[in-house]
Amino acid sequence: MTPSPTLVGCSLVPGSVEAQLLYTSEPLSFWGGYDARSGEVIDRRHQLVGQNGAGHIMAIPATRGSSTTTAVLLEAVRRGTAPVGFLTREPDSFLALAAIVAAELYGRVLPVVALDPLDFDVLRTADRVRIEESGVVIPN
Amino acid sequence: MSSIKLADRDHTLLSGEAGEGPRLAMSIVVRMAQVVNAPELLDISGAHIDSSLYQGPATLEFAERLADGGSRVQVPTTLNVSGVDVDGWRDWSVPEDWAGPARRQMEAYERMGCEPTWTCAPYQTQARPVLGEQVAWGESSAIIFANSVLGARTERYPDLLDICCAVTGRAPFAGLHLTENRKGQVLIDLARVPSKLADDPAFYPVLGHWIGLQAAGRNPVLDGLSVQPEEDDLKALGAAMASSGSVALFHWVGHTPEAPDIATAFQETEPVECFSVGLEDLREARDDLGSGLSESDGLDLVVLGSPHFSLSEFKRLAALVQGRERSPAVRMLITTSRGVRMLAHKAGYLGIVEAFGAELTVDTCILTTPMLPDDIRRLMTNSAKYAYYAPGLLERAVAFGSLRDCVESAVIGRVTRDDGIWIV
Repeated sequence: MTPSPTLVGCSLVPGSVEAQLLYTSEPLSFWGGYDARSGEVIDRRHQLVGQNGAGHIMAIPATRGSSTTTAVLLEAVRRGTAPVGFLTREPDSFLALAAIVAAELYGRVLPVVALDPLDFDVLRTADRVRIEESGVVIPN
Repeated sequence: MSSIKLADRDHTLLSGEAGEGPRLAMSIVVRMAQVVNAPELLDISGAHIDSSLYQGPATLEFAERLADGGSRVQVPTTLNVSGVDVDGWRDWSVPEDWAGPARRQMEAYERMGCEPTWTCAPYQTQARPVLGEQVAWGESSAIIFANSVLGARTERYPDLLDICCAVTGRAPFAGLHLTENRKGQVLIDLARVPSKLADDPAFYPVLGHWIGLQAAGRNPVLDGLSVQPEEDDLKALGAAMASSGSVALFHWVGHTPEAPDIATAFQETEPVECFSVGLEDLREARDDLGSGLSESDGLDLVVLGSPHFSLSEFKRLAALVQGRERSPAVRMLITTSRGVRMLAHKAGYLGIVEAFGAELTVDTCILTTPMLPDDIRRLMTNSAKYAYYAPGLLERAVAFGSLRDCVESAVIGRVTRDDGIWIV
């Protein structure tokens, strides 16, 4: 077995977590795209439609479209239906904002790490992933 | 992560001396400045708040944390649509357990000193920011109007951050606040657009939808077509680009304030990509806006007003419906602001459209309050934004057409469109 590569990202919101990975190569708008009641992806044009993000680390290139994405994600955090961490292909300020407010309001740590594009693409085949406080990401 | 240069009053707010609300707001602004690598904060002179949308208990809790913590907006601040039409929600299918907390959230924003404008198009009734003015606006269609048509400077502020900027009077100095980030990036050549099509108001939302898909977040520059777009046209154009492509700023040579000529629009740089758009591209874009409904299908609702219907749109609609009779099978809904409703009433347009059977909802829209009854399944609209979001958010079938098509369809009771301008 080859050892897993260790990826070093930029930690926009630091934290450590390990979970199943839900990967997509397509940006997603959480408003109209993610059901905060269930954690299900509901955008019918999206690769992940029908999949559930609750409890997963989500690898997503970036958010897209509506600026209400942050509010939907905050509501999902409150309900426990949000992903537990985010890995992105470029720094995404909307995900970071939701995580920063979630920490203030609910004391929940939701790590958000921006990776280099090539490192992000490595995640395509990963099942589980660990995010460390420093922004180091270890796929298994 | 970078350290931010803060002013003394920023530190005062961060220390909590001015109260828990302002402390929370400033700590979020500073954290976000770090996230976007802003070296410092800038003063803003106005704000427009999209955080007013009710998305569940979390957004209410956030608003009340700020309001109960003594937050007051430091700059003139308008409010985007709310989660409920306070006086009219009982006429539709809004659940009580939605209306109550949505109303409470509205009150929290009013307590913070925001003006109760409750509209996604504040520029239609309120004082407007001017060329070069630094503001913090939420709501994608309002952001692109402020940046492009008015030449004011706002970043694409998400919900939860816009109100923090208003409460502190400060914003991260980054993104579209900076001159260099406002330069055109992609060129949209309109020379192949037939003039017959360009003269129709339905051209603008369709063009915007198409540009959004090509530009995808970059700043487009339009050129090569001799037309005189009206403000409603620019509103529809921008809103469509923002929906399909997250575009926050466009330039149109000769029509928008930062594009007196093409070299200025690109700030003396070369376009990174050029697109030429013709009739076939636009016909495809128009068809892409529709979803699950086609010609001569039955219809339950014609819905107009995203962004909120303007006074001049009321005027056009009144001229189209005067003396006509609506099919009893089709309802017509107009979403607008309290301010425009009052102006339309005074101008006499409201009486005419209500005689046709149009119903009005103010303060909100079909995307932001759960108002549509289950038996309304098939919608028709002239709004690219409604057409873009309704299938996913509302699980409804949608047909897109011009305002005239929408009226004709409401009269005959099924979807009909005049395809003349869309054919060579």
